[in-house]
Parts: sequence; structure tokens; C-alpha cells
Amino acid sequence: MIQPHGGKLIDRVLKGAALDEAKKRAGTLPAVRLDAESTSDVENIATGVFSPLEGFLSRKDFRSVLDRMRLSNNLAWTIPVVLAVDKKTADGLSIGEDVALLNPAGEIAAILHLTEKYGYDKAETAQKVFGTVDAAHPGVAKIVNMPEVLLAGPIDLIRETPTPYQKYKLSPRETRRLFQEKGWTTVVGFQTRNTPHIGHEYVQKSALTLVDGLFINPVIGKKKKGDYRDEVILSSYEELIRNYYVPERTTMAILMMEMRYAGPREAIFHAVIRKNFGCSHIIIGRDHAGVGSYYAPFAAQEIFADFPDLEITPLFFRSFFYCKKCGSVVSDKICPHGKEHQIQFRGTEIRDLLLRGEYPPAELVRPEVAKIIMDEKNPFNE
Amino acid sequence: MKKEFTAVSLPTSLYREIEDAVRGTADPSVANYIAKVLRESLKKGGSTEEVFSPEDEEKVKDRLKALGYID
Repeated sequence: MIQPHGGKLIDRVLKGAALDEAKKRAGTLPAVRLDAESTSDVENIATGVFSPLEGFLSRKDFRSVLDRMRLSNNLAWTIPVVLAVDKKTADGLSIGEDVALLNPAGEIAAILHLTEKYGYDKAETAQKVFGTVDAAHPGVAKIVNMPEVLLAGPIDLIRETPTPYQKYKLSPRETRRLFQEKGWTTVVGFQTRNTPHIGHEYVQKSALTLVDGLFINPVIGKKKKGDYRDEVILSSYEELIRNYYVPERTTMAILMMEMRYAGPREAIFHAVIRKNFGCSHIIIGRDHAGVGSYYAPFAAQEIFADFPDLEITPLFFRSFFYCKKCGSVVSDKICPHGKEHQIQFRGTEIRDLLLRGEYPPAELVRPEVAKIIMDEKNPFNE
Repeated sequence: MKKEFTAVSLPTSLYREIEDAVRGTADPSVANYIAKVLRESLKKGGSTEEVFSPEDEEKVKDRLKALGYID
């Protein structure tokens, strides 16, 4: 099986006596309350999803990620994973002390061993990570509203924050064991934040013909307005898998993480995460992790040329569509027919049909999947 | 350039098992067989695979069973 990024799966989940001691001590520590996204980041660090990170980025690593898309040890890393607090909170914390990190409910989730506090340039960070300073970009908007001081240091997890989707919450250790139990040596990961249409099914099944198993890994967490709600994504995939996939070859687990919409940089980040889950391959489609028209359609594929040391293999898919003459899902690479025969998989058009209460054509969306979405009172984020 | 070699100790019983396994194959050398298997393992990165305690492994397996991922 593929090795975790950096060669070692990070495990900073406290157990046994260390956990008991930390719980007792945490109540006496200065505390910082996290939002849901930072809470997820803490869990992802502790359970190895973000291996080799053991905590929030140091200043040196932060600079290196911005400037070179690598950690200071040269390992590929494209998205800054940081913890921002306001200046007053930062001034109340001393380097070298432990800080209790509280989840949004106010419960102690983890301990941060504070090693550094530093400032950052918002415009530079936005420009380097997202390629723009346009505040209409959701990632840029977040940076604009982020507090001004970043806290760095390793963390130790005390408590996982439960989700309504506990069944689908697997750690990299668990997925690696699962793949092993299933006898899968090669596994392709599919990142999604959408309900599936026939085009997704085509891509997943095409990739599955090359490997032993398919790992569908929807991102659960903060997304932008108009994206499908988490429970709708999961229910629709459950229905699709039940009706159209070979169960021995397919599995699904969630990734509790905020979408950053950083396009090409995020594609590399997603690849690293799936590598940690044990995937040997990852599907990268057109405009992966993009938003609006901020990134060139295939920038998220082209960036992989800069990371020959990534080890996980990207499987690139072009734009695909249903060709009425071919009678199947195809791409411009394999279909000789003209545009007049094509039905495009346009998410917005599919959404409009669903919102009007109309079933999309079966060439675009499986009727079982469409029914799941239409049965929901409000399938979209508001 | 002449290759250099070093000796590694194996349990005799394991050596005999390998000897039986490679007997009659195109290359019946036990040393060559072991070198080949180790090279493949290193190439896959298997030698640095994370090892957790048996109790931890059992917990992971139990959770996967409880959730219905494995039988």
C-alpha cells in the first residue's frame, strides 16, 4: 500500500493515562474557541489526514507553502493550515505554554503546544493561494475576515467532535485497514462536493477499471451557497452505490473539511489527503476545486507536473458529455460527433430542473438519485 | 564494478522453506530470491509501513465491523 505523505501516519489522538492527564490539565489552561472549520483541521491533523503535519504551520513552513508550495523540509504542501486569532487573544498567550482549544460547543477538543505567534499579509496570502485578491472569491473573503495573528505548534486531540454522519467518518488508519481487508492494493480516490450525475459515474467506473477499489470521499463541512447539503450528497451516493456499483469494489467515507476553492493548489492538497487515506490514485477532473472562472479549466491537472514526487497518481479526465449518437457518456477525445448530438452535464441546469420539480433526463441523472434530491425540502445550502 | 555482499542470519527452518519453494524454478538460489522479494518490498515502501500495537489494530477492525464495512 502507498505510504502516507512524509512516510509516517501522524497519530496525535490522546489515549489512556495521557488522555486522563490532559483532560484534567486542560481545564486550567488559557483557552481559544475554534470555529467548526478549525475544529475539523485539528481532528484532521491528529488523525493523520493531514500527515505529516503535527500542528498548525510555523512561520517558516507558512512562508515556504506560500512561496514554493512545499513545507520547509521540501515535502509538497500547497494549502496553509493555520489557526488565526485576534491580537488581544494572542497577546494573552505565551510562547511555550499549552493552550486549550475549544470546539464550537465550548468543549475542550485539544491542546495546542504554542511554539510561535506571527502576523501575515492578507493580500499576499490570498494572491498566492487563490491567484486573486477579489473578495468575491470565497477563499479570499475568508482571509479578509480572518483575525490577524497565526498561532503555531503541535496539537494533541482530546475529544473528537461527533457528526451526524458518524458511520461514514473513518480515519486514515481505518481506511487503510479497510482497503487491506478488502484485498485492494490500488485504490482510486474521488473527491466530491456534489450529488452524482451520470458523468461522475462514468469517470469513477472508468477509473475503477484500472485499479482494485473505488473510494468515494465527499467533503462534508462549510461550502458555498447553492452547493448541495451534506446529507443530500450522502443519501444520493448511498442510493447510487446500492443500485449501480459493485459493493466489493466501492466504499465511501466522508472528509470533514472546509472547501477552500483554491483550484490547482487545492487539487494537490486533495491528492495528499487521499494518499494519506491509502489511495494510490486520485481522479482530477476539469476545474477541480474551482469556483467561478478564477482558474483555467485544466490548471488543476497541469499543476501535477510540478510535483513529480507526490507518489499518488492523478488520473486526469477531460470534459465529458452524453452523446445521443454514441448512446453513452463520452469525451471529445473519443467521440467524433458534433455538438448537436451532445447533452452537457451542467450542474446549474440540473439544479434548475430539480428546483422546478422536474426530473432531469435519465441520460444525465439516475432517476433514483434525482428522487432522493427531489424528496428533500431544501437540498441546497442557503 | 564488483558487487559487495554481506551475511544476514535467518532461522534455518525459514531458509529450508524458501529452499523448497524455489527448487525447480528458473533461479533456484535462495539468496537471489530473498534479494528479489526485499527489493520489491522496498520499492512498494512496505518496509516502512506504520506498525500499530495489536490492541490498536483490533480496535480499528472492531469499529469497521461494527459499522458494517467488513464482516
